[in-house]
Amino acid sequence: MIELDVSLKAGTFKLDVAFQSGDGITALFGPSGSGKSLTLNLIAGLMRPDRGTIKLDERILVDMEHRVFVAPHRRRIGIVFQDSYLLPHLTVRQNLRFGRWFAPPNERTIDFDAVVGTLGIERLLPRYPAKLSGGERQRVAIGRALLCCPKLLLFDEPFAALDMERKLEILPLIELLRDEFAVPIVYVSHAVEEVARLANWIVVLEGGQVKASGSPGEVLGLIGGETMNARFDRVSVLTMKVGEANRKYDLTSLTHPSGTIWLAGQKWPAGKQVRVIIKATDVVLSILPPQELSVRSSLSGQIGSIEKEGPLALVEIDLDGGGRLSASITRYALDELHLDRGARIIALVKTCALDERYAAVTPDPHGSH
Amino acid sequence: MADLTPAEWTAIWLSLRIATTATIASLPFGIVVAYALARWRFPGKMLLNGAVHLPLVMPPVVTGFILLSLLGRRGVFGGYLADIGIVLSFRWTGAAVACGVMGFPLMVRAMRLSFESIDQHLEKAAGTLGANPLWTFFLVSLPLAIPGIVVGAILSFGKALGEFGATITFVSNIPGETQTIASAIYSYTQVPGGDASAMRLTAVSVTISLVALLASEMVQQWAEKRFMSTG
Repeated sequence: MIELDVSLKAGTFKLDVAFQSGDGITALFGPSGSGKSLTLNLIAGLMRPDRGTIKLDERILVDMEHRVFVAPHRRRIGIVFQDSYLLPHLTVRQNLRFGRWFAPPNERTIDFDAVVGTLGIERLLPRYPAKLSGGERQRVAIGRALLCCPKLLLFDEPFAALDMERKLEILPLIELLRDEFAVPIVYVSHAVEEVARLANWIVVLEGGQVKASGSPGEVLGLIGGETMNARFDRVSVLTMKVGEANRKYDLTSLTHPSGTIWLAGQKWPAGKQVRVIIKATDVVLSILPPQELSVRSSLSGQIGSIEKEGPLALVEIDLDGGGRLSASITRYALDELHLDRGARIIALVKTCALDERYAAVTPDPHGSH
Repeated sequence: MADLTPAEWTAIWLSLRIATTATIASLPFGIVVAYALARWRFPGKMLLNGAVHLPLVMPPVVTGFILLSLLGRRGVFGGYLADIGIVLSFRWTGAAVACGVMGFPLMVRAMRLSFESIDQHLEKAAGTLGANPLWTFFLVSLPLAIPGIVVGAILSFGKALGEFGATITFVSNIPGETQTIASAIYSYTQVPGGDASAMRLTAVSVTISLVALLASEMVQQWAEKRFMSTG
């Protein structure tokens, strides 16, 4: 567990953050320039804070008041950067073994072959980094950091330089690593889909400050929505149970006490918990159950709050059986339907609008915090 | 080309011995100074940089005379060195010192550029993998700077072969002890009928220099092929 409370002035930017992370994946989320990478560099020891403390599993890494500053190579924290920074004069195998060699022998708990197998990089072992593609390099970089057997693994936007397809190939690997090797991870990203899929705890940074922290369901609903343009960032994260599949049409049902959602494809085993991301702009509100509409997915609930902004309104719905769903509609619609706090409402979602590629089975729906 | 006389062979072997010794002996100093100039911040860095480059801009005779006043028998340190058995003046070892000093700026320059061109993130990444600064230097910085180190060594070697002014001032021009190719050519041009010998030694000198330059070029090409296009 990492525990930090630090501040740093870098030019005109002021960083002042305090948070803790637990097991699993903690995401540092926020727009560019919010101080995410800076925070990660402070944890790794690549930068010094002006003030504050950093602790890892009760071990003090930084205590500026008492002039404690543990050098990066003594922290046992692995980091995967946006660029892989593989050592160009060493083969992939030598790169992977590099950090392992420095780990104390009795702490080399992570098996070389297991990591290589999970990441699918066996055939790359004899090659030099110059001969690898971007996605392959990132896999090797992840393996190299993991094989140091670190107490904490940091990811600094590891997929920002990769295209969508590569990213979708590697994202599941991170989930596998999390479950298989049980190393706590702090993950920096500004991509809401990545964070919603991977994290079980989210710390939202903005302008160098912690704006919010909590589980994806609690926190992601708070992002965006305050200005008209921000409605595109507003998402809801719902944890739902995989129901039966519709083989004829290749769909999977996700059930929730408030209703059912259909997702394209049938790649999730029934009974598992799956996290889905629903954009506020993809939700339609209806007073009556849908009839003669193409929409197949609906969830029922009660209006919790309404925020008006120019021609638009953001409606927060408390779903039956728990969970919150945001919907962005026009004020015109709001007035014509006479929607108000406490009103019963049915939220409709287009299956085609849901990105099943980011839906993921969650290991522990309630996190460990 | 006519056969070389024994005296000419002596001058060639002596030159090679002096240049090799000078290069190998100055290599560790060159690497440390180049790395310090490339990566460290310390007071007096400008001064060190200036001192290293002085032999490049000063007349070689001046460098030779300074060496003589410092390391000669009656020099500032010469007497002390003589007491512990190290005599440099009028010896081939003194010639090696003079050549090493004259080649040092070229050596350091090439190595420093090579160290500076290494992405510092690679060194930082090695740190996060558990390598302390010394291991990082030997496992990351040094191997990645090898092309520049080799080029620097070759340049220093070439400079040592051609060195004349500082050598003749510091250790004179004694056949068999301090007479290198350069000073032998000078001697032959001073005596009647020495032109043929001077010509032969000139041909040898041109050949060795060309080989050294080609070798440096090949190392650079090899390094580009091996290390470039990485991210």
